[in-house]
Amino acid sequence: MQWETVIGLEIHAQLATRSKIFSGASTAYGAAPNTQACAIDLGMPGVLPVLNEQAVRMAVKFGMAIEAEIAPYSVFARKNYFYPDLPKGYQISQFELPIVGNGHLDILLDGEIKRIGVTRAHLEEDAGKSLHEDFHGLTGVDLNRAGTPLLEIVSEPDMRSAKEAVAYMKKLHALVRYLEICDGNMQEGSFRCDANISVRPAGQQEFGTRTEIKNLNSFRFVEKAIDFEVERQIDLLESGGVVVQETRLYDSTRDETRSMRGKEEANDYRYFPDPDLLPVVIEDALKEEVKAELPELPDVKRERFKSQYGQDQDTASALTSSRELADYFEALVRESGCDARLCSNWVMGELAGALNKDALEITDSPIGHERLAGLLKRIADNTISGKIAKQVFEEMWQGDATADAIIEAKGLRQITDSGAIEKIIDQVIADNPGQVEQYLGGKEKLFGFFVGQVMKATQGKANPAEVNRMLKEKLR
Amino acid sequence: MHNKTIAELARGLRSGAYSSRELTGVFLDRIKQNQDLNCYITVTEERALEAAERADARLASGEAGPLTGIPIAQKDIFCSKGVKTSCGSKMLDNFISPYDATVVEKFHAAGAVLLGKLNMDEFAMGSSNETSYYGAVKNPWDQNAVPGGSSGGSAAAVAARLAPGATGTDTGGSIRQPAAFCGVTGMKPTYGRVSRYGMIAFASSLDQGGPMAQTAEDAAIMLQTMAGFDAKDSTSVDRPLPDYTAGLNDDLSGLKIGLPREFFGAGLNSEVAARVEAAVDEYRKLGAEVRELSMPSLQLSVPVYYVIAPAECSANLSRYDGVRYGYRCADLTDLYTRSRGEAFGAEVKRRILIGTYALSAGYYDAYYLKAQKVRRLISEEFQRAFSEVDVLMGPVTPTTAFGIGEKTADPIEMYLSDIYTIAVNLAGLPAMSIPAGFIEDKPVGLQIIGDYFTEAKLLNIAHRYQQVTDWHGRIPQGFE
Repeated sequence: MQWETVIGLEIHAQLATRSKIFSGASTAYGAAPNTQACAIDLGMPGVLPVLNEQAVRMAVKFGMAIEAEIAPYSVFARKNYFYPDLPKGYQISQFELPIVGNGHLDILLDGEIKRIGVTRAHLEEDAGKSLHEDFHGLTGVDLNRAGTPLLEIVSEPDMRSAKEAVAYMKKLHALVRYLEICDGNMQEGSFRCDANISVRPAGQQEFGTRTEIKNLNSFRFVEKAIDFEVERQIDLLESGGVVVQETRLYDSTRDETRSMRGKEEANDYRYFPDPDLLPVVIEDALKEEVKAELPELPDVKRERFKSQYGQDQDTASALTSSRELADYFEALVRESGCDARLCSNWVMGELAGALNKDALEITDSPIGHERLAGLLKRIADNTISGKIAKQVFEEMWQGDATADAIIEAKGLRQITDSGAIEKIIDQVIADNPGQVEQYLGGKEKLFGFFVGQVMKATQGKANPAEVNRMLKEKLR
Repeated sequence: MHNKTIAELARGLRSGAYSSRELTGVFLDRIKQNQDLNCYITVTEERALEAAERADARLASGEAGPLTGIPIAQKDIFCSKGVKTSCGSKMLDNFISPYDATVVEKFHAAGAVLLGKLNMDEFAMGSSNETSYYGAVKNPWDQNAVPGGSSGGSAAAVAARLAPGATGTDTGGSIRQPAAFCGVTGMKPTYGRVSRYGMIAFASSLDQGGPMAQTAEDAAIMLQTMAGFDAKDSTSVDRPLPDYTAGLNDDLSGLKIGLPREFFGAGLNSEVAARVEAAVDEYRKLGAEVRELSMPSLQLSVPVYYVIAPAECSANLSRYDGVRYGYRCADLTDLYTRSRGEAFGAEVKRRILIGTYALSAGYYDAYYLKAQKVRRLISEEFQRAFSEVDVLMGPVTPTTAFGIGEKTADPIEMYLSDIYTIAVNLAGLPAMSIPAGFIEDKPVGLQIIGDYFTEAKLLNIAHRYQQVTDWHGRIPQGFE
């Protein structure tokens, strides 16, 4: 039987506010346990939440970027459940009236654009962390993360494969970073995903029973977990079993999903409007203000790159996949004055390769756009060849010297003086009479040999075009 | 000295007739001599004496305000930094608050001297002070009777002159009912007028702190310090603060008083009704016009309240899990399963269970949502009433203070003792209880209800009555 996969994602993006969503405590990551939790975060008796205006602004920004309805009136609700690292015994979230309503996000897969619906996005606070590893027979509770603002972004069940799900997640990841509302750091849990997965016979209208996989914190895990889960569900159905609605956990070491809790054990969260907080009213003026602050968004930027720089879909997509990368590229074009193609080749080629090898982000690149521009200028004006440039690039990667300094110090300047090149060519011809004879006798393949000899004699510094031209003349 | 009002004491302090240190000493001695009333959970003697000395210095420097050097006591629901803040519960018996409630901070800033923390029903859930982990408070007028609740310790302390003024909180009548039972003046301000920050939550949409004192003038002086916008409380209202003492003597002629028929129905003790009617007659003499009106939805107040308040409390009290502070059983499983069972009293548990049930999937619409709709009807009915009259008057309670143990077996009957006070909280309105006579030596209260933010008017109305009557000045036998 042919099966169709149906996937919906719930993504938690940690908003990049400086203080928490309902208190003034810092949200900085990595502090000593419980040093960034104030009386409010600790759920002390008598404390009250006060909403962080920046978090609201960021949610509105996100909503506008996905062309969603921004609720003029949204409400915080208490989601009640017990957990030792949930200080108040309830999480302040939004339930019936979220701040962001229906919107959408377009993904690009195999050259095709597909629109994924976003059902809603709502503001909520994060819980603390329970630590089991460092305490023998005890559990530690760290409440630094408690009260960190989250935007939970819920998609429609519009994705039909793990690849689509990853493409959507990556697109969303790029978007929140474009908007500067989330640092996107997945290792630190700033961007994490729950996946709802079901399968159904191809052509069937109704959805199959779904399972939810919690807390996936890398693109790779999302893909692997979905693939595993889809296969598990299909195997189950094909062997006459049924899929049980449940919450599952993905175990990355064993590459499998395991049941966490079933529907029967599901919590009754007893949501009700939080009486400590007033409804959030979004005026049109705020929307206008936020709209004016919106940066150029990825899709618009991609189209601009295509027309402005004559790039193909893949190059433009890759270069606009992050705002920082796109900015780097454009700064490079401006600074170097070189052909955009030369710039994109270097950014996507040598630079991307080197960054990848050292696991660095573009923002951490040891070679800034000014230094790289200095190198590209020397390629463009024929001071060095592309091949030598790669050598110079490697030198630049290790230190902070400019391309010019390296070229001078190592004497890598290309020999363009035709007199000098002629001398060397004459020498090569004189040293290899046999080859000259064979070449002149019709063995044209030997031309490369002569080029190689000249380049060897000049340690690669001779201008290759000039060498070609002159050799052809001499060997006539 | 102890029989003087706050206004009188302030004059005495300023004139140098006595120092705050002396005054504080008098009250600390009285508190010690009258421990059997069980008004105080914690007496902060040392701090009080230090604060009194600071106040004396401030008085000497001429920078004193109306509360500088005045001893007051806080209901043990207000968090006080470095002081045990128990909320009347075993759960918080070991809880030393790391911060001051806004109200506490404001009294400190005004130079008031904190005598200690007052007994109350556990987490403010009760109408008799009998649910306190620290035991019942005795009514100074009849030591076999309850002082009312939940601010029972506050009312009894003011009545027995163990503090010239005290704070209370009112979720369903918890200031007004004990004020009536103990013959003191109490005010529940408009919801949002006094900051709730640091006031331990029972039902967040209903809770409101307010003053309890001998006179309306004293209540005005205290409210002036307690009230005001607080950025730490999102539900506090940013609105200018009037001068509450400025209009105390304003003329009342032409004042339109409404008497809701529903306040004078079958459940009301006829003697109480007679005292209330007599008080209304005094207002007629002062120039007021009185008319009857009907507010049928008031009768729904008790059931609505006993859905909304428990629903909110079921979430508000979830934080008491023994993980970060408060009572906890040692072993992990016990910590999870037994801490709350051992540390909460029966009434608190009952309300948590009612609230949890009312919010459960499948019941939410029928209970919580329906209750909120009726709540709106009640508010609208008050607004209609205030389009016709300036204030509403009626009894505070159906009877005078009942006996200790008399109603503990029947929670419903206990709940019904708040039948006249609850609607005010549901609507978020300001209301007062002032002494209006006695029945067999037990005080009777008159309730005055106003429209939103009419505290100054209510205080004026109460004050004028207190100028022509002396019920508020009477002192229970043995405490003169």
